[in-house]
Amino acid sequence: MSEVRLQSVRKVYPGGVEAVKGVSLEIADGQFCVLVGPSGCGKSTLLRMVAGLETISGGTCSIGDRIVNEVEPADRDIAMVFQNYALYPHMSVYDNMAYGLRNRGTPKDEIDRRVREAARILEVEPFLERKPRALSGGQRQRVAMGRAIVRKPKVFLFDEPLSNLDAKLRIQMRVEIKKLQRALATTSIYVTHDQLEAMTLADQLVVMNKGQVEQAGAPITLYERPMTIFVAGFIGAPPMNLLDMPATGLPGLSLATPVSGPVTLGVRPEHLELSAENGALAIDLTVTAVEAVGAESYIYGALGGQGPEIIVRIPGRDLPAIGASLRAIARSENLHFFSRETGIRLN
Amino acid sequence: MVQRRRLLDFLPHLILMLGVAIVAFPVYVAFIASTWDAATISNGSMPLRPGPHFAENYYRTIFIGTSSSTREPVGTMMLNSLIMALTIAIGKIAISLISAFAVVYFRFPFRMTAFWIIFVTLMLPVEVRIFPTYKIVADLNLLDTFAGLTIPLIASATATLLFRQFFMTVPDELVEASKIDGAGPMKFFFDTLLPLSITSVAAMFVIQFIYGWNQYLWPLLITTKDNMQTIVIAIKKMIVTQDALTEWQLAMATAILAMLPPVFVVVVMQRLFVKGLVETEK
Ligand SMILES: Nc1ncnc2c1ncn2[C@@H]1O[C@H](COP(=O)(O)OP(=O)(O)OP(=O)(O)O)[C@@H](O)[C@H]1O
Ligand SMILES: [Mg+2]
Repeated sequence: MSEVRLQSVRKVYPGGVEAVKGVSLEIADGQFCVLVGPSGCGKSTLLRMVAGLETISGGTCSIGDRIVNEVEPADRDIAMVFQNYALYPHMSVYDNMAYGLRNRGTPKDEIDRRVREAARILEVEPFLERKPRALSGGQRQRVAMGRAIVRKPKVFLFDEPLSNLDAKLRIQMRVEIKKLQRALATTSIYVTHDQLEAMTLADQLVVMNKGQVEQAGAPITLYERPMTIFVAGFIGAPPMNLLDMPATGLPGLSLATPVSGPVTLGVRPEHLELSAENGALAIDLTVTAVEAVGAESYIYGALGGQGPEIIVRIPGRDLPAIGASLRAIARSENLHFFSRETGIRLN
Repeated sequence: MVQRRRLLDFLPHLILMLGVAIVAFPVYVAFIASTWDAATISNGSMPLRPGPHFAENYYRTIFIGTSSSTREPVGTMMLNSLIMALTIAIGKIAISLISAFAVVYFRFPFRMTAFWIIFVTLMLPVEVRIFPTYKIVADLNLLDTFAGLTIPLIASATATLLFRQFFMTVPDELVEASKIDGAGPMKFFFDTLLPLSITSVAAMFVIQFIYGWNQYLWPLLITTKDNMQTIVIAIKKMIVTQDALTEWQLAMATAILAMLPPVFVVVVMQRLFVKGLVETEK
């Protein structure tokens, strides 16, 4: 069993920066856990503490049933894929993959078998004798993955492994990483700031902000029921419309069941539809800009003529004229209410 | 336009060629002088073409030596110089690599103090600390030994600084990947850091070999026995104050011989330099 369990893990860097402020997380055996969050929120720091590359300032980290706080990275039975791949430049692809096994005294024929198998899976067989500098970015990425899988570790750690690739290759590798992880059923922690990567790869999605976990759960749960304003705004593209509502209400906006007190109302662009009828939420807006992206289009409008900006996603390319007045409605199950003081979900 | 362009191309070449000529001509004269007999040179009518005594002069220089001043054959002195230069160069590189490794990759108390102390020794070359250093070497009974000749010259702030700068450009992820791959610090040093530093090591070797080879003051103090002399000192000793007693053809042959090893090192190592420049590994 190789679940990863973090209990109130903290990291204070020398100099006093508290990069991770008490994170508790359980990653089940074989689960693919993705950490997302804005830059500087402590994702890498958390991952590196699991890897043993940073000391843990507080709390415990365990892999399997062993607390690894004081265990050397090499003895934690993890493998890491770095953003810049960190391949050894002077070693051939073969040696890059074999190095970790050699250091552990694995027999030669076993090393050879494993390296060739990994090379076959990752389709880098033709390059085994080449140096990393003679490979393309995507090929290097595969070799870095190969170096991780030959060791058959308990946990894979990925720190933005795809961010140096171009968009097309990124999608391709994303699918392959997912397939590979499924096939090997190895517990994985994956750091990214790409939403789409996060949503598609994760069994468990963890949204971090300012060194804390905002919400963890299945990606679809985070999408459907974000527990804080931060998660609501972070997950989804284009982002959820978030409207600060004073107790007196907003001009141009009407709710079937009025709310009491200052709240933030959230509704996703894809849950708004243009209609003349009344819904649980009805908003009147004046179109300020339109964007057609092919199968769908985005309408940007000002609430009630000059209020905050609202984005509406509509299918097709039937675009209203700029300056037109529209009414958009949403159903009650698609409305999210958050406390304005604490940012926590109310409904 | 084209004409002017050509002139502009030509001018730098002309200047460079003049420079080469100015540097090379004395060397050429030295070589010519080493192929004539003493009489021709000292009566001031030496022609600028090679003379008939090449083999004879060089044989005498290498295997017999001058008849008066230095007595030892230059072959022995070249060997002495070679041992000294190699020991200094290799010793400096080894010590500097290790100290730069310590300063860059280990967190120990007074790390920066240690670094600054190394840095400050830049201001203390042998010439400055010559008396205390001599005293120590003499007290240790190391006069007239290779140890006395080389060890005081081995510590090197320059090489330590150079390697430190280089190590700091090596991505941290490589260290981390090594850690995860189960390589301890020394294994990381030998398996990763050293192979990556090979071009810097080559550069340092060239510089330090020539530095060691050209040492004059220190060997002059430390060596008293004839068979411990280095070739650079021998050249000086061969040139006696009374011009007539100087065997110029032998002195010139020694000078030419003294030039060969540094030239050889530069030529051989240049390949590695260029290789390092073309295939930037990192
Ligand atoms: N060695 C360090 N010393 C001091 N502070 C650090 C150190 N490394 C990171 N930090 C700080 O810790 C915080 C978290 O950094 P971290 O690298 O974990 O962010 P991240 O979430 O990975 O961001 P990104 O998405 O940009 O990679 C940042 O505010 C950063 O400035
Ligand atoms: Mg990061």
